[in-house]
Amino acid sequence: MSGDRDAEGVGAGDPLRVVPTDAPPSGACRRKGSFTPSLTLMGEHDLCPGCGEPLALRQILDSIEALGQAQRAIGVVGIGCYTALTSLMDVDLIQALHGRAPSVATGAKRMRPECLLFTLQGDGDMVNEGLQEVIHTAARGENVTCILLNNGVFGETGGHMTATTVLGQRTKNSIEGRDARLHGHPILIGDLLARLDGTAYVARASVHDAAGVARTRRFLDRAFTSQLKGQGFSFVEILTMCPTGWFIPTAEGPGYLDRELGAVHEVGELKKDGVLVER
Amino acid sequence: MTASTERRLMEGSEAIAEAAIAAGCRFFSGYPMTPFTELLEHFARRLPEEGGACINAESELEAIGQAWGAAATGARAATGSTGQGLSLMQESMSEITRAEIPIVVFNMARGQGDYYQATRGGGHGDYRHIVLAPESVGEAVRITQEAFHLADRWRHPVLIYGDYLIAHTAEAVSIEPIDFATKDPLPPKDWAVDGRLGGTGRSRNVNPIGMEKGSKGIDPNRFWQALSDKEDRIAAAEQRWEAIGTEDAELLIVAFGTLARFARAAIRDLRAEGLRVGLFRPISLWPFPSEALVRAAAGCRRVACLEQNAGQMIDDVRLALLGSVPVVPIGGISTDPAGFGIGALLDAERIAGRARDAYHGREVPRGVVA
Repeated sequence: MSGDRDAEGVGAGDPLRVVPTDAPPSGACRRKGSFTPSLTLMGEHDLCPGCGEPLALRQILDSIEALGQAQRAIGVVGIGCYTALTSLMDVDLIQALHGRAPSVATGAKRMRPECLLFTLQGDGDMVNEGLQEVIHTAARGENVTCILLNNGVFGETGGHMTATTVLGQRTKNSIEGRDARLHGHPILIGDLLARLDGTAYVARASVHDAAGVARTRRFLDRAFTSQLKGQGFSFVEILTMCPTGWFIPTAEGPGYLDRELGAVHEVGELKKDGVLVER
Repeated sequence: MTASTERRLMEGSEAIAEAAIAAGCRFFSGYPMTPFTELLEHFARRLPEEGGACINAESELEAIGQAWGAAATGARAATGSTGQGLSLMQESMSEITRAEIPIVVFNMARGQGDYYQATRGGGHGDYRHIVLAPESVGEAVRITQEAFHLADRWRHPVLIYGDYLIAHTAEAVSIEPIDFATKDPLPPKDWAVDGRLGGTGRSRNVNPIGMEKGSKGIDPNRFWQALSDKEDRIAAAEQRWEAIGTEDAELLIVAFGTLARFARAAIRDLRAEGLRVGLFRPISLWPFPSEALVRAAAGCRRVACLEQNAGQMIDDVRLALLGSVPVVPIGGISTDPAGFGIGALLDAERIAGRARDAYHGREVPRGVVA
């Protein structure tokens, strides 16, 4: 529960002080710091070490709070590893089926246009199972924000190929690496959605390093702001690490994400205010 | 055109849409399919006038997803299709039932072949939903309004089993809002999401697996048992039926939906001949009115199950009677060349003939009724 948040010690918003660590402390610690992120009910999660999804989730929640939307936000979540995070998100949520979150968000937004509606989906959820839903929701120009956590694998089932798996990427059902002749080509969903007339804002970010995390936050702020202005469909794709699903050492996750997935799913803004960004 | 309480000739689809709006329905989504299409047309025309929304969904999967989202915010929402489209919706129907989201779903079925789909849950998992089957447009007007009340009362989906005749027959009806809530006050929709509890530690999660905010993991055994317990309470409280001439009946016809309306006419003729024939009409297909059927069938020599399919409801009839009375099928597969469910069985004289055979212990022909 969030009862102890900021009760004592350093709040999430306070600047960090540099603590000297080259000598023993002069006395026992008297203050307890709380670094629980905004809008969370617990400061811990059950996802794998090195997973990028908690980083992305934190940016989403921080953005909602910073934009003053904490008491107007409704999230619609699909099914994936991040579903284990939903119990600790302190915003109203609807748990949808795999692939169906954009439709559920559509119905909710139509009945509560004053609310900030966002979906949270993985790449298997959105681009495999629910491709039709996200495309039609975008084409209708529904005033909702869809957020994709894209790691190129079905992480929850143990690392299987999705529609965004890049060529050469090893997964449990493309064990020698994704081969276009056998497995087809990856779908660049952000690029696809940017081409639709109903979309107002489309961007792709990555949480592989601190600058990437900061960029993720900026893009989320812009997407939510676009919805608040009533511009239509907004979309942020966030590339996230899945060292478990990629069968690589945890420490190599960020580098692999940037080098392999980032080379195909290029980071940057694709559409702003309904206008395609020249690249 | 706005809702009118004056009596006028109205096609069933229009009457149902008006009844839903009178009951407070403000969201509808659907994908066109005969004979459901006109229901979508009327909602598309009328809901925007009432400050609601109707979406022409890209598929039945999305239609029910959109209704799911609308209902999760506390709005009265509905969707529908034919049995074929309902097949596509079953995954969501199951999840919505488990998430305890009140929603009304119309099956404007092509005949009565969707009885199993409607009454057995239809999708994955261990659940049922309330199923109401009107026999006429007039009854559909009342049942549609009651469906929204029952959905909210139990936080449970309610399916209305209609058909081509309900959708496309014009009858003189008046659409008057029926007040169910004064007699049976509804619980507050404090579970519905409106965003307002974000950041307070009391935010909601409308979910189909029993997740609770702030606690890790789920308890599937407790969750499924709670759903089952609720369905037991629904089963005890919400059985609906009509019994005609059952006091002295020697043959009891069991029929539902529009087919029962033809049976009603057949019974009038058979009674005129001096044959003691009664009619038992389940209005709630789930929960099936088993105890009432046992009472109605007491003293009968035979029970004749009349349904427009290869034999589905007969299972429930036999389960209710547990062998106490012989049950014979007098219906059968019977549709038109387009497959819309307008079969030769929809004929009072033909039904009377088959009931006469059953009455006298003669064999009723099996197979297609053409």
